[in-house]
Amino acid sequence: MVNIIWAVMAIVGIVYAMFNGTMDKVNKALFESADEAVTISIGLISILVFWLGIMKVADKAGILHILAKIFRPVVLKLFPDIPKDHPAIGYILSNLTANMFGLGNAATPMGIKAMEQMKQLSGSDTASRSMITFLALNTSSLTIIPTTVIAIRMHYNSTSPTEIVGTTIVATIISTLGAILLDRFFHHRSIRRE
Amino acid sequence: MAVITLISTWLIPCFILLVLFVATWKRIPTYETFVEGGKEGVKMAFTLLPFLVGMIVSISILRASGALDAFVGLLSPILNFFGVPPDIVPLALVRPISGTAALGVTTELIDSNGPDSFIGRLASTMQGSTDTTLYILTVYFGAVGIKKMRYALKVGLLADLIGIIASIVIVTIIFG
Repeated sequence: MVNIIWAVMAIVGIVYAMFNGTMDKVNKALFESADEAVTISIGLISILVFWLGIMKVADKAGILHILAKIFRPVVLKLFPDIPKDHPAIGYILSNLTANMFGLGNAATPMGIKAMEQMKQLSGSDTASRSMITFLALNTSSLTIIPTTVIAIRMHYNSTSPTEIVGTTIVATIISTLGAILLDRFFHHRSIRRE
Repeated sequence: MAVITLISTWLIPCFILLVLFVATWKRIPTYETFVEGGKEGVKMAFTLLPFLVGMIVSISILRASGALDAFVGLLSPILNFFGVPPDIVPLALVRPISGTAALGVTTELIDSNGPDSFIGRLASTMQGSTDTTLYILTVYFGAVGIKKMRYALKVGLLADLIGIIASIVIVTIIFG
């Protein structure tokens, strides 16, 4: 899907330029934007290093663990099919807390482990109710600190790079609540159909 | 509304304060742990590099040719009716499909509109508030061999739509 979108954007652009007489601009944009993209990636290093460093300290200090404890009752409510002391709950919690702090790379391995545990519970190759709830929570991603976005805003000399933290939190809470409600709705509908 | 602005500026410094306070109290070698974690940040930035180059170049071609403006102009009567800024459409389309691609689109929007413009703030909020449904479905279901995903895709994409609408509404209220 990404492959098609990526190629089509460039193809449409070049073909349009042929008829629109903007080929010189396209040619210029091609090289300038590649240069720009490299500068941004390098610029991202500053905040990524700082943030991942702080998060490592937070992890070692047990702060993520405390957060996991706070969210435990909520997660137990959201996943009624998983037994209370099942290891899947622990992995789900680590995945969600890592996501909250923009630690995508740490979240993914935890998420896969959670899925493995849930598959053992269901024992089939059809997605179980818990798996779909878990995916819904992940795709709506409860983010508290959008690290990379802040870094990009800094790069472009925003007067207040973090001013979007508040709006992001509100939007993410709404989309997460939406995801939970949708998940419940489709679950109950699928039961009624069977 | 003042609360949201206050959270934006106070949240990160206060979180760092809490982390360093607790870590020092627990006698964790804070500086060494910080450096160890920071190394992952360098790796992450270099992993992102080719994704950003690819996506930003492709969108820049589309924009420089004039095709993007023509497309946006075509859609704008309908979008304006719903209060949706047309410039945001490419981001809304790419966001559920690929996270790194969406980051490229966000960067390009911030670059051409400015980070403190309405579009810049909206793109920033949208980028941060939802995650990549298709990527998550592929990785997680793929990793454990789930073949029938039932209503998972529907839930994911509809949640994305809610996130996009919520972003537009909240950014309009706060910064509009």
